Amino acid sequence: MNGYRKWIAFYTMLRKDIVRIFRIWVQTFLPSVVTSVLYFSVFGTVLGSRIGTMQGVDYMTFVIPGLVMLAIVTSAYANSSFTFFQSKFFARSIDEMLVSPMPPWLIIAGFVSGGIIRGILVGTLVMIVSLFFTGLQLAIHNVLIIFGFAILTSLVFALAGLVNGVYAKSIDGINLVPTFVLTPLVYLGGIFYSVHNLPGWWQAITYANPLFYLINGFRYGFLGISDVSIATAVGILSVLIVALVGVNWYLIRTGLGLKQ
Amino acid sequence: MASALVIKNLKKTYGNGVHALKGVSLEVPEGDFFALLGPNGAGKTTIIGITAGLVNKTSGAVSVFEHDIDSEPEIAKAQIGLVGQEVNFNPFEKPLDIVVNQGGYYGIPRSIALPRAKKLLEDLGLGDKMNQNGLTLSGGMKRRLMIARALIHTPRFLILDEPTAGVDVELRRGMWDYLRKLTSEGLTILLTTHYLEEAEQLAKHVAIINKGSIVASGTMDEILAMHEDKGESKEGYRGGRLEEVFLKLTSEK
Repeated sequence: MNGYRKWIAFYTMLRKDIVRIFRIWVQTFLPSVVTSVLYFSVFGTVLGSRIGTMQGVDYMTFVIPGLVMLAIVTSAYANSSFTFFQSKFFARSIDEMLVSPMPPWLIIAGFVSGGIIRGILVGTLVMIVSLFFTGLQLAIHNVLIIFGFAILTSLVFALAGLVNGVYAKSIDGINLVPTFVLTPLVYLGGIFYSVHNLPGWWQAITYANPLFYLINGFRYGFLGISDVSIATAVGILSVLIVALVGVNWYLIRTGLGLKQ
Repeated sequence: MASALVIKNLKKTYGNGVHALKGVSLEVPEGDFFALLGPNGAGKTTIIGITAGLVNKTSGAVSVFEHDIDSEPEIAKAQIGLVGQEVNFNPFEKPLDIVVNQGGYYGIPRSIALPRAKKLLEDLGLGDKMNQNGLTLSGGMKRRLMIARALIHTPRFLILDEPTAGVDVELRRGMWDYLRKLTSEGLTILLTTHYLEEAEQLAKHVAIINKGSIVASGTMDEILAMHEDKGESKEGYRGGRLEEVFLKLTSEK
């Protein structure tokens, strides 16, 4: 397979996934938007007015980057985990790719790119929704950092979702990780508070949560404030990306969980 | 003339300890219509799965048109079109999309794949179904869709794993006429089927596998010559000559 043919194969996978994402928009876009409206209403408007400011900014403004990141993380993860699991478990349509000359890295790239696109689209929608709660005001400190963190974070969680999709042996296997691992990491990653508001022992736990660095890096892009350095956040993202690419490549190449 | 498929001492032991293949060696000549026959669980689908990249082998070597599936998997896979035993496409997609996307996975641009897919679906009698939801297809239509999908990248070697299972007689005949035409144009076909009269009529070469080992292989005439009419009782059902040879070689007795 030469470079052009590989591009066609990649484009085919991506096109198919994007068509699917838009066809079932009620499942792919709407839930994150509705959830965000609830978060903005309750945490931003109702509770936010009592909290006042966090790290020197209005509480609503403080939580927006974290809630956008929450939408990106869950959407990117769900897209690749469910799409892969569906093609593996229902009707075995993953065979269409496994019998083709596509190398393992190309199959990974196809699935992960769909996750990135869905993550970015949902994140953008949530950001647009947030404008209705801030009087159409959006603080932007560094647009490159915002886009960089959005893309790299969706890449990390699309890769993680793919590992889950490959390994899962039942639909429960797809739901367990988001419910018992991803959600606690996101909620305890500093969406709603600054780490400086926590007691010492909890701060120590928070520093061990990779989501904490991603949320803070993303928040820095909007507000110019962060509990950690951007270099550390980028470093953690890079390590996660390398590790997850390695795991996915090994799984697809050896067919672990896919081939008999 | 090169061989389409060469299998040497192929072994497969599944995780549960079952020895599905116990050192199978096989050669399918280019341009041949080759029948791989055997009872359920004999190892036919395992051989096909390993050749197509869906099953990991334990040991042995497999090459497709002289391209080893381990060292040159991309080239080897590009030669193969596979029609699996189970229906394995997304039933929520349209047949045309399923076939065109499959072409895409082989690097065929949409502008080329689209007219080619339409022609294949029309040739296989699915012209009026190509834009309907896959769920609406009957069993026979699903089989034909899988054949169209396997042919979209114009493979040199088509593997058919029980493609006529559950297909009615008329459709089956139409399917075979179509595949016979493809063979006459140079396509090599490896077929597994439980309809032995089909294999008897279509195949030039046959291999019979039982319990993970090849128990007979050769030209159809050579295999049929193994049948001895001993003037046995004519009572009860008697199958064709191939069926008698098959039973003789694979029977538990």
